[in-house]
Amino acid sequence: MYRYDEFDETLVRERVEQFRGQVRRRVSGDLTEDQFKPLRLMNGLYLQLHAYMLRVAIPYGTLSSRQLRQLGTIARRYDKDYAHFTTRQNIQYNWPRLEEVPDLLSDLADVEMHGIQTSGNCIRNVTADQYAGVAADEIDDPRIYAEIIRQWSTLHPEFSFLPRKFKIAVTGTPHDRAAVRVHDIGLHIRRNEAGEAGFEVIVGGGQGRTPIIGKTIRDFLPKRHLLSYLEAILRVYNQLGRRDNLFKARIKILVNAVGPDVFARMVEEEWAHIKDSPLALPADEIARIKAYFAPPLYEALSADQPAFVAKHLEDPAFARWVKTNVAAHKQPGYAIANISLKPEGGIPGDATAEQMEGLADLAERFSFSEIRVTHEQNLVLPYVRQIDLYALWQGLGELDLDSPNLGLISDMIACPGLDYCNLANARSIPVAQAISRRFADLKRQHDIGELKLKISGCINACGHHHVGHIGILGVDKRGEEFYQITLGGSADENAALGDIVGPSFSYDEVVDAVETIVDAYLDLREDEAEAFLQTYARVGLQPFKEKLYATH
Amino acid sequence: MPLIKDGRVVEDTWLRLEDDAEPEPGTAVIVSLERWQAERETLAGRNAPLGLWLKSDQSPAGVAEDLGHFDLVALEFPKFNDGRAFSYGRLLRERYGFTGEVRAVGEILQDQLLFMHRCGFDAFAVAADDALDRWAAAIGEISVWYQPTADGRPFASSLRERRRAARPKGCSKTGETPADDSVPPGALAKPSAGTRSVAAAWAY
Amino acid sequence: MSLKVITANLLREGDVVYLAADGTWSLWLDDAEMVDGADGAARLEAAGEKAVTGLLVIGPYLMDVTEEAGRPKPIGTREKIRAKGPTTHLNFGKQAMHGASGAGGIG
Repeated sequence: MYRYDEFDETLVRERVEQFRGQVRRRVSGDLTEDQFKPLRLMNGLYLQLHAYMLRVAIPYGTLSSRQLRQLGTIARRYDKDYAHFTTRQNIQYNWPRLEEVPDLLSDLADVEMHGIQTSGNCIRNVTADQYAGVAADEIDDPRIYAEIIRQWSTLHPEFSFLPRKFKIAVTGTPHDRAAVRVHDIGLHIRRNEAGEAGFEVIVGGGQGRTPIIGKTIRDFLPKRHLLSYLEAILRVYNQLGRRDNLFKARIKILVNAVGPDVFARMVEEEWAHIKDSPLALPADEIARIKAYFAPPLYEALSADQPAFVAKHLEDPAFARWVKTNVAAHKQPGYAIANISLKPEGGIPGDATAEQMEGLADLAERFSFSEIRVTHEQNLVLPYVRQIDLYALWQGLGELDLDSPNLGLISDMIACPGLDYCNLANARSIPVAQAISRRFADLKRQHDIGELKLKISGCINACGHHHVGHIGILGVDKRGEEFYQITLGGSADENAALGDIVGPSFSYDEVVDAVETIVDAYLDLREDEAEAFLQTYARVGLQPFKEKLYATH
Repeated sequence: MPLIKDGRVVEDTWLRLEDDAEPEPGTAVIVSLERWQAERETLAGRNAPLGLWLKSDQSPAGVAEDLGHFDLVALEFPKFNDGRAFSYGRLLRERYGFTGEVRAVGEILQDQLLFMHRCGFDAFAVAADDALDRWAAAIGEISVWYQPTADGRPFASSLRERRRAARPKGCSKTGETPADDSVPPGALAKPSAGTRSVAAAWAY
Repeated sequence: MSLKVITANLLREGDVVYLAADGTWSLWLDDAEMVDGADGAARLEAAGEKAVTGLLVIGPYLMDVTEEAGRPKPIGTREKIRAKGPTTHLNFGKQAMHGASGAGGIG
């Protein structure tokens, strides 16, 4: 993975000292809150419902054991011994005190981490496929480009006061695990006819108040032109994005207003001026960054691992975990291990300091000291020998990180919601917990099969409800919590926004409503092989709507 | 209001002219875009320095052909978070080759000064008594830049390139931090706030 | 106009606080001074502004309450949660604190 050189190191250290000075000026009154707010946001510091909240960047979701261990130490030192993994592959601390944040940031800098641009109207953390570098069908490792973009976008002098936040995602395989079509810019690595790898450039996707699937404005962008093209897009957006209305300020509104063809033309016109500028990426620069993401020193193993297979058959609990949580690896004899942060009745995406430290140790033993964070609030150990999977699984069990539910209904996304967030209208975590308990029976979950349920506590959609197979949106009706349900959303390469089923359900009714929908699916599906999303595509909203409102 | 230029507080020799006011002969005036468009001939014909004030929704692209008439362009930040003028500054310098004064006016935070400087601004109307101290503090806060603008500051990939070029053949793997004796001394030094002339600074 | 209190967050610690009748900012909603009518509301807002300039709090706002046994009660889920802490972690927030109302606030 990327290692800081002295330039990167200098920048984060200077940034910490800059923020230390800004905090001092705030506490002395030299800066008002209005002036301080954008500055603290650009270091990831929010004021939430009960306390400040600090969001730490995990670039393209890649962590070393040393970094994960430090995140646990920071949770102990500055917070309440836990933290929360987010839908942008970042991590959040919910209880820091303002004047301790500079020291916290300094502790992060010790392990090459920071909170730079995890909030504010600037370019945010660039996210990527959590299976980068290890998926068999990968065309090119998206993290290479995510790192290049990260550097270019950090403290960019022209783009630090954009109309609104800006989110970029990169994916390198045909199947998109990074939700690129619901990002401000999505980059989908493709091959052209000559077999060269480059980017399909998708602009103007997003969720929130006005969910829109992004539009492809360029089918193929050669790698060399990545930064100049992005600079052209951002320059058009910075000048023309709306500044009069916070809710109409994202690039998706601009793309929609002028139309994707006109938008593409504006970008190409700007780009023509700068494509041969120093922003052009020479092949050796790309190669230099690529070298940081070289594969680890794999052993030469055969794909057949008899010891693994034998253990698999012996222990039904292990077999069950392998079935959902272990994915195929491009390197023979290896596997991708998914770590679910969705234990039964637990808080989706939360991890204790102890779990973080324990997992850091397991990664050292079994995964070349590397961990990934997924946008679905889970973790991944990307380089595990198949013969080590059993020992790993036992180790995960000791940490309560062995939930065998990846992709099943209890593997939910839930935003912090009204328990923590200033923007929320309703709680999301307790709803997720109640659904998790209702469907606790694993046999039942396996029978249901793949079902991505996503819960947001407000229209800002941090829980990605628009792209859930079942989406739940919390709303406020006369001070009470109600929940609107959508069906048929999807975040992958066949991205789609969910359809609203009808009137919302109260806090007491929503779990029953979800169960009714699931039972309806089980009734309607052609056979066990037909997953929820496929059944929905076949039968549509109506049968679900009828079942739901007949009984509720 | 203190005007910071070339690392010092300077006297402001310009007058912002109201749209309905007559300029005194020989005075340096800054006019609005509307005034320029209405009285182009008259204003261009004056024998005195002329400046243009652009609001945040008025891109220099609209007057690109006319920039030769101006010695100064003032770019307004009506609120500090309206960041359109960062792009306008870069366009003025990098697209249209403007070499006159580019002045930041409006609501300017100390913490934006360095970004502005990188984007082509060379004069700053900073509403604070200790404007110069703030300038000095701001301009030196960050010494590493990842992305090129026309400000002539070395940026990371060019420094890395120089270091690689200077390294003797056959040593050190990619990604390892070598001894940096091959980085020119002072390459990472904070650029002193005022020693460069505008012309020298805007090289690409 | 309904009964109101004024609430904010502490600048340095981030905790939710309420303005008490003695002019201090208390962690406990029970201590909050209730007002009724435009004059009272204006007075609370002025106190809020003063505490902002005084670098004690950020983001003060008036909040509707009802009165029960002489004490203010929050209306709506959001303010109920703000007054007590996250429902997901009963060991965090005010609900887990050992301080008592009436013990004197800050500032």
